[in-house]
Amino acid sequence: MSGIPHDHYEPKSNGEKWLNSRLPIVGLLYDTLMIPTPKNLNWWWIWGIVLAFCLALQIVTGIVLVMHYTPHVDLAFASIEHIMRNVNGGYMLRYIHMNGASLFFVAVYIHIFRGLFYGSYKAPREITWIIGMLIYLMMMGTAFMGYVLPWGQMSFWGATVITGLFGAIPFVGEAIQTWLLGGPAVDNATLNRFFSLHYLLPFVIAALVIVHIWAFHTTGNNNPTGVEVRRGSKAEAEKDTLPFWPYFVIKDLFALAVILVVFWAIVGYMPNYLGHPDNYIEANPLVTPAHIVPEWYFLPFYAILRAFTGEVWVVQFASFITGGIVDAKFFGVIAMFGAILAMALAPWLDTSSVRSGKYRPMFKWWFYLLIIDFFALMWLGAMPAEEPYATFSLIASAYWFAYFFVILPILGVIEKPLAQPETIEEDFNAHYGKADADATPAE
Amino acid sequence: MFKKLAIGAAFALALTPAASIAAGGGEQHIEDFAFSFEGPFGTWDQHQLQRGLQIYTEVCAACHGLQYVPLRDLTALGYSEEEVIAYAAENFEVFDPELDDFRPAIPTDHFPANTGVGAPDLSLMAKARAGFHGPYGLGINQLVKGMGGAEYIASLLDGYTGEEKEEAGSVLYENKAFPGGWISMAPPLSDEQVDFADGHSNSVEHMSEDVSAFLMWAAEPKMMERKNAGFVGVIFLTVLSVLLYLVNKRLWAPHKGKLRKED
Repeated sequence: MSGIPHDHYEPKSNGEKWLNSRLPIVGLLYDTLMIPTPKNLNWWWIWGIVLAFCLALQIVTGIVLVMHYTPHVDLAFASIEHIMRNVNGGYMLRYIHMNGASLFFVAVYIHIFRGLFYGSYKAPREITWIIGMLIYLMMMGTAFMGYVLPWGQMSFWGATVITGLFGAIPFVGEAIQTWLLGGPAVDNATLNRFFSLHYLLPFVIAALVIVHIWAFHTTGNNNPTGVEVRRGSKAEAEKDTLPFWPYFVIKDLFALAVILVVFWAIVGYMPNYLGHPDNYIEANPLVTPAHIVPEWYFLPFYAILRAFTGEVWVVQFASFITGGIVDAKFFGVIAMFGAILAMALAPWLDTSSVRSGKYRPMFKWWFYLLIIDFFALMWLGAMPAEEPYATFSLIASAYWFAYFFVILPILGVIEKPLAQPETIEEDFNAHYGKADADATPAE
Repeated sequence: MFKKLAIGAAFALALTPAASIAAGGGEQHIEDFAFSFEGPFGTWDQHQLQRGLQIYTEVCAACHGLQYVPLRDLTALGYSEEEVIAYAAENFEVFDPELDDFRPAIPTDHFPANTGVGAPDLSLMAKARAGFHGPYGLGINQLVKGMGGAEYIASLLDGYTGEEKEEAGSVLYENKAFPGGWISMAPPLSDEQVDFADGHSNSVEHMSEDVSAFLMWAAEPKMMERKNAGFVGVIFLTVLSVLLYLVNKRLWAPHKGKLRKED
């Protein structure tokens, strides 16, 4: 592997040499695990491990749940109750899987916003960022389809609303929607294909995660200063880095354990807090729930989807210049996917040469405002589509787009960044003082 | 019990403004009952569950099913297997496809579904309703008080005002807990309707609470096991966290000098 110079695996025994000349797998694992990692990484860098853990947790619990679940409109809801009542430990499996999705999204949002603040998306890490965005998109798809499987009221009506978005595409929308659903409406065919895809996508995500890791192992990790690791020689690199194992593995595991305390408390004591009571009512195509609300992790984008109604001038203008092809509904769909695309384009929209937000005095405030905006959108997504929420949603959505398409490009030009440390070592020593030479092991 | 009720009432009074602002329907009023199974260490009150089962059997079962609950699970309420066999046979008949006829229920059957008058199944009712909302969609009330499904049921059963009206040929009854204020279910409980072997109070208020507790059990029979797993897991993970913290500190110590004062 190219990248930061470090020691590589040398097979010693004959057995190791035999294996290495046929399949250098030990070397690959060694290089992956021993990758030199900037030693100044702070606690915002622990979420990658949490995400890897979540993926594993969801796959493992999911595989066991599948052993007891029946994907059929008449049996799915009852089979979930079978899991909750009759399967050994089934209630824990299911609640872990249910809340595991929430932990997954908490982690991915923090991970994404960490990247946005410290400029992890900037050259040369654009590929890592894009792969990450693809993983996030796949996660949303997987979570959405997973939520349909219990076949409760929110499952059914959520599926109806979300697949209806595709119906908004001009000309071909209806055909696409029918093709996705496997029929004119959400029914058994829909449930079956969602089940199949819900099982497939996590493995696609796992493959993408490997590419994600491969990409940033090539470029090296970003770090809170945004300053690159010195690569002139191994000795120089070692001043800036420590191997991933054991230093960061142990650090990340500690953080993971703390996070799991909270997670386990939620699973044990309030497993339905993040869910919606209506999903404990079996799906009924004849009864529409009073409020159809998506899961919390979709709310910010759901708010953006709903913000652009026919009364908004941008929507009217878009409708006018396209001769009515882009109506309010389709505009909302474009806005929703556009909001995610905006994040994916960040590497090319941000014109600043400074990576880390720590050294960008103006950027900082706009970024904090983006965080507030994100939570505001999440809240607005759960509120009914009426005033004053509609206006708030529009303002909050506008800021989301303004941040990426206006503020990021302009800031890079007008902002005067603060002085950055010369090296990671300097930053590390500024925090922790110079390591005591006597205490450093000889190796 | 009375102390619990008193605490519950005081608690409910203190929190009433928040609860009523937050309720979706506006004027919906959900009482915050202090059920024994609430909180991290709350447990079922088996006597209450037994009374609740009796109320369900004598009153609710006339219209409402409990189709996801296996009769054998009633041993969790403190009944012996013989008692469950007797209870099943006495109270319910199920259709047996092999006999092509009805036969008395046995413990391996579920409570029967009951769709005769279009009344909803009660198996999951305590999880399918939220007693507490908001405020302002923030979910803080639910965080503090719980989802409140059992509270919703109890408030509903005890929430009839006595007013009724006719609308489109059906009678609606005014209810303080029902969203919209008018419900098509006639007041199901009346004072002294059910006689308890232990001589417990059979006022509407007490019966509402008892049957709600029973329905909470019916919806979440593994609640105690779950909370126990939660407790063990939290303790285990906390210890693990402490150990990992110490390992981490020790591991990094040689690379970190003394912390500077201003840090």
